Amino acid sequence: MRTVTIEPTFRAWRSKARSLLDQKMHPNDVIWSTQGDDSDELFGFSETTKQTPENKPEQKPQTSNRAKVPPFFIQLAQTVCCHRSQKQWSMLYHILWSVTYEQEREILFDQTNDTMRKLEQMRKSISRDIHKMRAFVRFREIQVETNDRENYVAWFEPEHLIVRVNTPFFRKRFAGMNWSILTPDECVHWDGTDISYTQGVDKSQAPDGDELEELWRGYYRSIFNPARVKIKMMQSEMPKKYWKNLPEAEIIEDLIQTSTDKVNGMMEEENRPLKPEPKNKYLDHLKQLNNSEDSK
Amino acid sequence: MNKLQKLEILADAAKYDASCASSGTTRKDSSSGKGVGSTGGAGICHSYTPDGRCISLLKVLLTNVCLYDCHYCINRRSSNVRRARFTPEEVVDLTLSFYKRNYIEGLFLSSGIVRSADYTMELVIKVAKSLREEHHFRGYIHLKTIPEASPELIAEAGKYADRLSINVELPTQEGLQELAPEKNVHRTRDAMSTIHSKILETKATRKELKKANSRVKKPTYASGQSTQMIVGADQSNDSQFLNRAGDLYGNFKLRRVYYSAFSPIPEPSVILPLKSPPLIREHRLYQADWLMRFYKFDVNELTTEQAPNLDLDIDPKLAWALRNRSFFPLDINRAALEMLYRIPGLGVRNAQRIVALRRHHAVRLEDLIKLRVNLKKTLPFMICVNHNPAKHELDSEALRAKFAPPPEQLELDFTAQIIIPKTTSIAAQAEAKHGEF
Ligand code: SF4
Repeated sequence: MRTVTIEPTFRAWRSKARSLLDQKMHPNDVIWSTQGDDSDELFGFSETTKQTPENKPEQKPQTSNRAKVPPFFIQLAQTVCCHRSQKQWSMLYHILWSVTYEQEREILFDQTNDTMRKLEQMRKSISRDIHKMRAFVRFREIQVETNDRENYVAWFEPEHLIVRVNTPFFRKRFAGMNWSILTPDECVHWDGTDISYTQGVDKSQAPDGDELEELWRGYYRSIFNPARVKIKMMQSEMPKKYWKNLPEAEIIEDLIQTSTDKVNGMMEEENRPLKPEPKNKYLDHLKQLNNSEDSK
Repeated sequence: MNKLQKLEILADAAKYDASCASSGTTRKDSSSGKGVGSTGGAGICHSYTPDGRCISLLKVLLTNVCLYDCHYCINRRSSNVRRARFTPEEVVDLTLSFYKRNYIEGLFLSSGIVRSADYTMELVIKVAKSLREEHHFRGYIHLKTIPEASPELIAEAGKYADRLSINVELPTQEGLQELAPEKNVHRTRDAMSTIHSKILETKATRKELKKANSRVKKPTYASGQSTQMIVGADQSNDSQFLNRAGDLYGNFKLRRVYYSAFSPIPEPSVILPLKSPPLIREHRLYQADWLMRFYKFDVNELTTEQAPNLDLDIDPKLAWALRNRSFFPLDINRAALEMLYRIPGLGVRNAQRIVALRRHHAVRLEDLIKLRVNLKKTLPFMICVNHNPAKHELDSEALRAKFAPPPEQLELDFTAQIIIPKTTSIAAQAEAKHGEF
């Protein structure tokens, strides 16, 4: 049994997995860890692989007994690296092992294979999380005296470790302002030139309001159509776990409770007589147009 | 009146417009450091209201003061609704403030008609122009266009917008005369045609410039147009709705036609029906629309002269199959792809997969199970290696009864039938909602 400690990145995992494969380490004999835990050292099993720096070309693999995997598997592996459970490393290695040493290439395409199925579920859950973060991050404006740009801070609690994967999206979209997204895992900051990361924080570090939120709630209330209440539909797309960080969610309960009254009020309202037509040149012109259309 | 009150009135006035997807546009972003915003790919739903609908755009009217008198509309001049007006600057400001806080993907702006069509159109354009040119806004802009506005203004609007739309509202001129006396189908079609040729023209110029590797700045123009029809406000039948949709898809290549079940509004007009139509009617129209666009159905196949309305109890594809039983059962190992599209319960993707599969081996029931085909619906209509339905099964009236919900449960059933989409992009959501049958 051997414990290997890696940084939780695809590159680190891949390079470790390659060397383990070369050593013919059976997946059942490997424990993957991403915590630089000292206890490993005590037992003398630990081998820490530092993340390959981006600019350093990776070592060419000795291709002897290394099986090739299709690009979709690489993509899958890259995505599932963000999974919070940290079970992905061993699962991925299991697949690589079967492909390399057990001639089981088909399992890559086998949707009934347990490990592949679980990896696919992980991938789905992560993509959803990435998407929800893009949707539900809410920036709050803060006053900063040291610069003359607009400054915004958001608090978000992602399900998986997706802050870095999502950074390019926010950078492209909000390039013109300074912003930070704070999360319990890691925080990301943009100052107009550079992206930087700092350690995770707790919610108390984030601003607790923004003047605009009252307008936003006003909009949310008005755009809702009380004649069609479909709460399940709403919750399947915007699960309750996100509500606590959404300024508009405060008024959901109220909207639902008062919707029936509102609709009844509308139905009971009396029809009003038609008002007389105003004097307006344009309207006269339109009328002429319509008449000539009719005679066509 | 303060900003919040105005916003409440002008958002409330805009909410009955369903055509507000923010997908399908060219890729752009603000990574140059100027301004804010990005688009491309599927639009994001930033929130959901308790009616299950997605909030993607700030959907407001510039003003709900209106000269026209469309009876289905809360803003018609004869209604006593409270009126409000935004200045173009206020809308610009609100859009940017919401966008920077990540509440929205962009703006969907429309307006009641004040003074004249051109005057109103100019105000609407002013908002879009200011967003794009002064504030370098790269988010999504959808502008509602007034068909009576001059072609130059319609052309200009498209320079700033990702999407333009004009609502035809009702499929026939008779319907409009009764309920929207100022509107006119021919003028609407003319304006759509102007937009359509502008879109084509811009595409062609862009292509040429690209080919010539020219450094001349490429012209921009909206990448598509869409429209909406209100269902259940006038006497129009489904055949009329679908024919109008077919006309617009065919002639002006509209991206989408939206169908919006007439919903009771405050301040109702005396000539409106008292009840809204069953929501299921709207759903069936979307399904039929889907059949025209992706399943190669001709508009005339969807309804008949005797029954110009879609069957509310069963989906339009099943209804067609039951009317044309002599085509079935189809051998899925032989039938052409277009015929596979006709089998109830078999979607476009699965039909294509079957065609790919049968090149390797004869397709069996087990394959269909793996593809997760809706067997309950499909089996009576198809033959494969280990399945051949009894002829009497197909012929019997019982087949219809098998799929139609018991009458008294109709209202309950339709809510259960509207599939809750798993994907979250708006386009995908629309597909999941209306595409599967
Ligand atoms: S033109 Fe008709 S539909 Fe549009 S705002 Fe005026 S009354 Fe309403």
